[in-house]
Amino acid sequence: MTDTASDGGSVDLLCDLNRLTVHHKAACRLYGYYIDTLFGDREATSLAEVPYLPVRAFKTFELKSIADADVFKIMTSSGTTGAVSRIYLDKETSKLQSQKLIEVFSNAFSRSRFPMLVIDGQGTVTDRRQFSARTAAINGFSLFSRGREFALNDLFAVDVERVQAFVEANRGQRIFIFGFTFVVWQNFVAQLKRMNVRLDLSNSFLLHGGGWKKLADQNISNERFKAEVQEWTGCKDVRNYYGMVEQTGTIFMECEHGNLHAAVGSDVIIRDPATFAVLPHGAEGLIQVFSNIQKSYPGHSLLTEDVGHTLDGESCACGRKGTIVKIAGRLKKAEIRGCSDAYNS
Amino acid sequence: MNNREKYDGAFIETFGISAADLNDSLQYQSIKAWDSVGHMALVAALEGAFDIMLEMDDIVDFGSYTTGLKTLEKYGVVF
Repeated sequence: MTDTASDGGSVDLLCDLNRLTVHHKAACRLYGYYIDTLFGDREATSLAEVPYLPVRAFKTFELKSIADADVFKIMTSSGTTGAVSRIYLDKETSKLQSQKLIEVFSNAFSRSRFPMLVIDGQGTVTDRRQFSARTAAINGFSLFSRGREFALNDLFAVDVERVQAFVEANRGQRIFIFGFTFVVWQNFVAQLKRMNVRLDLSNSFLLHGGGWKKLADQNISNERFKAEVQEWTGCKDVRNYYGMVEQTGTIFMECEHGNLHAAVGSDVIIRDPATFAVLPHGAEGLIQVFSNIQKSYPGHSLLTEDVGHTLDGESCACGRKGTIVKIAGRLKKAEIRGCSDAYNS
Repeated sequence: MNNREKYDGAFIETFGISAADLNDSLQYQSIKAWDSVGHMALVAALEGAFDIMLEMDDIVDFGSYTTGLKTLEKYGVVF
C-alpha cells in the first residue's frame, strides 16, 4: 500500500513492524544489542526508519527469539562457500508462514488444490543434503497439491512417458506445475525442444522461482521464457515469484500483468548500496524486504543482497496495490548462494 | 472397518508406525516420518479413506493425531 518508496507504507504494517522490533529486542539479546547500537531506541515513523538486519547475519549468528525448547524447525539455506543461514521456527511462526503462503497463492490462483507436476527429480526431495532450498520450496508448495509427480528422472532428463501418463490421469483437471526457473528452462523446456516433443499442458499454470541469474546470463527474458514454455507445454499461465528462506511464506507473486507485488503484510524499499539511503521508485539499489509474521526470529526487516528497483503498486492494472519489485540480480560482491543454482548441468 | 480403524490405519501405513504409537504425543514433526512430505501423504491417505477433500487451512491446522479427529469431524466423519 505504499504510495512512494519513501513514505511510511501501510500504517498497520508499520505498527506490526514496530511491535516486532520491540519484541525481538526483548527476546533476542544479540539483536537488541545490534539494533540499539546502530539504530537507537526510537519508534519508526516510516518504513525507512525501521531497523534492519543484513540477511547474512543469519549465517554468522544464532538469531532466535524463542527458548531452545520451543524450536520446532530450523530452516537452512546453504551457500556455496559454506556459510549457512539458520532460521529458527516455533510452531506459531511455522503456521503463520503456511497461512501467508496460502493467502498469496489463493489470491493469485484459487483456494483449490491441484494435481502437481514438479519440474525436478524425485532425488531433489529425498537427498536433502544437496538441495535444501529447492527441497523446502517443493515441499512447501506441495501444500497446494492433490497428488504429485516429478517430471525429471534421476539424471535430470524429462521422463516424457511419466509426464504424459500424469497428464492423461488428470485430464479435465487444472494442473499446477512447479519448478525452479533455471531447471524449468534447462531441464524441461530446452529438452522438450531438443526432442521435438510438445506436451498438452494447456489446462495448467506454472509457478517458478529461484532466480533469473543463469537465464539472464543467456539473455533469456521473462517474455521469451513464457513464450517457449507455452510453445512446448501449452501452458499459458506462467508466474514467477521472488522469495527467500529468511522470509519463507511471504513471497512476491507475479500478477497477470507480469509484476511482482508485495503481499498484504509485507513491503519493499530500495537502499543505495554505498550510503544505505532510501531511494525513490525506479532507482536501482539494494532490496530491503518487510514482513509482519516473523515472531520466532528477528526477520521482519531484512536488507538483502539482491539488486533491483520498486514501482508504485497502484500503477499496475491488475488491481493489487502491493509495491512492485523488479529484480536485477545479485549484488556483485555478495557471496553467491546455493539455492537453485546449486545444480549445474 | 469402522472410522476409527480407518483413521488409525492411515497413520500406521503412512508413517510405518504401530498402533502403540498412536497417542496424544504423536504430532507433526514429532517423528521423522511426519515431516512436510509425510504430512501431505497422510492427508492423501485420509482423503482416500473417507472420500473427502480437506481445505488448505485445515491441512495446516492438522497438527496431531488427537486434534486430527476434530478436523475430520468437520467433514462429517463420525468417530
